[in-house]
Amino acid sequence: MIHLKVLLSGNEAIARGAYEAGTNLISGYPGTPSTEIIESAAGYTEIYSEWAPNEKVALEAAIGASLGGARAMACMKHVGLNVAADPLLTVSYMGIRGGLVIVSADDPGITSSQNEQDNRHYAKFAKIPLLEPSDSQEAKDFVLEAFRVSERFRTPVILRTTTRLSHTRTPVEVGDRTEYSLPHDIVLEPSETVMVPAHARLRHPLVEQRLAALEDFGVSFHLNRIEPGTGDTGFIASGVAYQYVKEAFPDAPVLKLGMVWPVPRELVRRFAETVNELWVVEELDPIIEEHVRAMGIRVRGKDTLPVVGEYSVSMLREAVLGERRTAFTPDPGLPPRGPVLCAGCPHRGVFYHLSRMKATVMGDIGCYTLGVAPPLSAIHSCTCMGAGISHAHGLAKALGKERNSRVVAVIGDSTFYHSGITGLLNISYNRSVSKVIILDNSTTAMTGHQHHPGTGSTAMGEPSEAVDLERLVSALGIKWIRTVDPYDLEQTGVILKALMQVNEPAVVIARRECALLKHARRSPPLYVHQDLCKECGACFRLGCPAIIKEENKARINPVLCNGCSMCEQLCKFGAIGGAVNEAES
Amino acid sequence: MKRRADDFVLVGVGGQGVVLAANLLARAFLEAGFDVKQSEVHGMAQRGGSVQSFVRRGEIVRSPVVEPGCADILIAFEELEALRYVDFVREDGLIIVSREKLPPLSVTAGKSVYPEDILPRLQKRAQVIPVNARGISEELGNVRMANTVMMGALSALLDLQEEAWQKAIRSTVKYALNLNIKAFEAGRSSVSAG
Repeated sequence: MIHLKVLLSGNEAIARGAYEAGTNLISGYPGTPSTEIIESAAGYTEIYSEWAPNEKVALEAAIGASLGGARAMACMKHVGLNVAADPLLTVSYMGIRGGLVIVSADDPGITSSQNEQDNRHYAKFAKIPLLEPSDSQEAKDFVLEAFRVSERFRTPVILRTTTRLSHTRTPVEVGDRTEYSLPHDIVLEPSETVMVPAHARLRHPLVEQRLAALEDFGVSFHLNRIEPGTGDTGFIASGVAYQYVKEAFPDAPVLKLGMVWPVPRELVRRFAETVNELWVVEELDPIIEEHVRAMGIRVRGKDTLPVVGEYSVSMLREAVLGERRTAFTPDPGLPPRGPVLCAGCPHRGVFYHLSRMKATVMGDIGCYTLGVAPPLSAIHSCTCMGAGISHAHGLAKALGKERNSRVVAVIGDSTFYHSGITGLLNISYNRSVSKVIILDNSTTAMTGHQHHPGTGSTAMGEPSEAVDLERLVSALGIKWIRTVDPYDLEQTGVILKALMQVNEPAVVIARRECALLKHARRSPPLYVHQDLCKECGACFRLGCPAIIKEENKARINPVLCNGCSMCEQLCKFGAIGGAVNEAES
Repeated sequence: MKRRADDFVLVGVGGQGVVLAANLLARAFLEAGFDVKQSEVHGMAQRGGSVQSFVRRGEIVRSPVVEPGCADILIAFEELEALRYVDFVREDGLIIVSREKLPPLSVTAGKSVYPEDILPRLQKRAQVIPVNARGISEELGNVRMANTVMMGALSALLDLQEEAWQKAIRSTVKYALNLNIKAFEAGRSSVSAG
C-alpha cells in the first residue's frame, strides 16, 4: 500500500518506526532531545509505552521484555545512558530473544544538557552495533533495520540521534505495522541469561566473535554505501554530518556509514583506495577517524574540524577548501534573552528566601536550575540527576556540624523519583545533618510536562497510584518533614529558617503545581498602583518576567502574570493589588 | 511581485508560536511537492527564551540548517529578536517583522535597555516589511493568532500557490481552524493592501 509523505521530526519518525516494527514495549525517561519519542509512541495504542522513573529502569524493563521474545526499545538522552550503563554493559553478554533497540539522543552544541558526551563510545565500550540515521525517513527505517540486526546477531543495538536530527522535521513515507508475535513459551537458558562469572567468562568470547561477524556484515550491509563521485577528495560521514558533506561537496565521493560501529574496515579500505585525500566528518569525538588511522590510512578530520559543537556546511567548506565563512555573532550590545523561571513559577518562592539567607544550594537537573540566574542567584551546583542531595550530604559531612548550617539541596519531584531517593536514604542512614528541599511541582516540567510516579497517570493516560511523597520520605528514615506552599512567602520563610536551624536530617516539601500546567490554579493578573509605588525595588528581587521596570517604578504585564501574588506579599506599601482594573492594567 | 525563496529563518520568543508557524510553512512546501526540512532546537524554549527555527525547501534539501547570511526571508515575531538574528538574512533578502516589543528580563529588571532604533537598523541590512500582527490578531478577538497573521503576510510575498497554504493550514492547525483561516487572510491583505 502506498502512503503519502508526512513531515515528522526524527523523534516522531523513531516512534513511527517502532510502530511499524511491531514493537511490543517502549520505555524511557524524558530528556531533551529524546522526549518526543515516547510521547508520540504513546499515541499508538498497539505499543505499550511507559515513562520509567529513570533510564536504568527503562533499559532493564526493555531487556526483560526482550528475554521473553518481545521487540523492545529503551529511549533516553545521552546522559541517560550513563544511568543505564550498568545493564547495557552486561546485556551485551546475554542471549536476548526479541529485538532490543536502545535510542541514545546526543546533544552536540549542548542546547539543553550538562555536557556534550559522544555516546558512540558506548557502542565500542559494550561491543554492540550502533546505527545512525541522517534524516527522519532514515530514523524510521533504521528502527526496523536495528531490530533485524538485533535479532539476527542476538545483540542489543544502539540507535543514535543528535539534537539536530531529533528536532528536524523532514518528509517520511510511512508504512503499515507488522505485528510481532511473541513466542508461546519463555525459553531462558541460564548459561545465556544468568551472568555469574562461570557463564560470563563463556559469553565474553562469543561477544568478541559477534563483533567480528558484525564487522563482516557491515561491509555489505546496505546502510553502509559508497556513493561514487568526481574529484580525488573523499569523505566518510554519518548522521546529520552526512547531509553537510553532501551539500558542501555535492560531487565528491562519499562513504556513508549507516552502521557506524563496528567500523567496516574492509569497506573503508576499498573506499580509501579510490581517493587521494580522505576526510572523516563526524561531530564530537574522532571515533571513526581514529579507527581509520589505526588501519594505517592517512586521514584528515580533527586536525582541522572541531571536537566541540555542531558542524555546518560552511564550516566544512572552510576546513576543506579554505573558503572564508561568516560565523553568527549577534550584536553583544543587545539585551540577552535567556530562559527564565516563568511568571508564577512556584520555585521562585523558595529561591527568593534561599537567596536572602545566602544559603549554599546544591542544585539538580530541571527548571529550577534556572534559579542560578540573577537576581535570585540561588543555585551553586548542577552535575547530574540526583547529585544535589548527595553533594549536600558530602559537603555537610566535610564541613562538620558547626559550619554546614547554610548548606541545602534542592531537587524537583521527577528528579527525586529518578535518582534522589537513594541519596536521601544515604543521608538518613549515615545520619548527616543535611537539608533537602523537594520542589514538588507535580510534573516533569522542563521537558514539557511528562507524567511520573507522583502524578497519578501513566504515559498512555491510564490512572495510576500517585506516590505519597511525605510517606516515602518518612519511610526513608527522615523524621523532620515539613510541607509548605511556596506561593505563601511568609510561611515558606518561617519553614526554611527552621530548616536551617534543625540538627538532624530534614526535608521540606515545597508543593505547588507548575504554573504552566493546564489544571494549574490561577488568579487574575495583578497590577501596580503607580501612585503608591515607592520605587523600593522589593518586587524586582523576585526576578519575575511579568514585572517591568519603567522609570524605576514597577508595572505588571497582564499577559504574563498569573496572579501568584508573591510580589503583592513583598510590597510594603500596598501598591500591588489583586482587583482587576482595566484602566490600570 | 511574489518572490521565490528557499531558505527561511523564523525567530521570536518562547510561547509566541514560532515553531507552529514554521510547521505550517514547511507543510505548505510539502503540499506543493517540494522537499523540505524544518529544524529548531527547543527544550528551554517554553521558558521565555529566544527561539529560532529554520525552514529550507528545494528539489532536494540536504542540510537542515540555514547559514548566516543565507536566509532569503527572515520572519521575526518580535523586534529585538529580528535584530538579534538580522545577520542571517541576505542583503537582497526580506525581513518580515511583527511590530511587537517584548522586553526580556534583562530589560524589565532595568539591567539593559531595549533598543529604540530597531527598524532603521534592520533596514540597513535588507528590505523590511513591518506587520501589525498583534493588532490584527486582537481585532479578531484572540491575541494568540499573531503567528498565523504573520504567515498570512508571508503568503502575500511568497511564490507558493494558495491551495498548498490552505491544505497546510487544515492539516497543521489543531484548534480554532476558522479563526486561523481568518487570521491568515487578514495577515495577507494587510501586506498586499500596504
